[in-house]
Amino acid sequence: MTLDSYIDYVILPILAVSLLLVFIRLFKGPTIVDRVIALDLLITIGISVITVYSISTGKSTFIDVAMILALIAFLGTIAFSYYIEKRGRK
Amino acid sequence: MIDIIIGLLCTIGAIAILIAAVGILRMPDFYLRLSVTVKAATLGGGLLLLSAAFYFPEEVSVTTKALAIIFFLVLTAPVAAHLIARTAYLINTDQWKGTIQDDLAGMYDKETHELDSGEEGNK
Repeated sequence: MTLDSYIDYVILPILAVSLLLVFIRLFKGPTIVDRVIALDLLITIGISVITVYSISTGKSTFIDVAMILALIAFLGTIAFSYYIEKRGRK
Repeated sequence: MIDIIIGLLCTIGAIAILIAAVGILRMPDFYLRLSVTVKAATLGGGLLLLSAAFYFPEEVSVTTKALAIIFFLVLTAPVAAHLIARTAYLINTDQWKGTIQDDLAGMYDKETHELDSGEEGNK
């Protein structure tokens, strides 16, 4: 079994299942902060998927997208927490 | 040989991310969910990026970018988690009924949202 097929048939399905589980929490999430951390985790898993995909295809350009996504995830969580605190209710 | 190392790093990273996803679904309240996900997801993403850094050894720019993303994740994930946990505490998010100790109870000023260190009574 080569590394490429191992990544395609084992690693990417594991990440896909993780995305599905986090999506369930994103829809269920009883409070808004649950949804914020689910979104944050979703973007972190997205970074991982992009990285694994760039290994699988051998194209290193996708790593740039992962870098931008990491920046946006941080800014999004900070903005959400700032404005939810201003709003002051659940 | 390098393939085995990359496969091992990928496997551990993917399992850490899977544990984070199961944790965010199964844990009973927000604070436990946060405590499970941030650490496990940072470890998993870091290991997968490290395997990308090993996979493109002849391109220095890719290794540098992967290490920069790892550095950025390790730097920002705790800050974001702290801020969202502080917000959740300030808007009175429910705690799990099995929580036995809350050291922050009464320490936050309700109006100004300043944290009291609890030592002013001693002066």
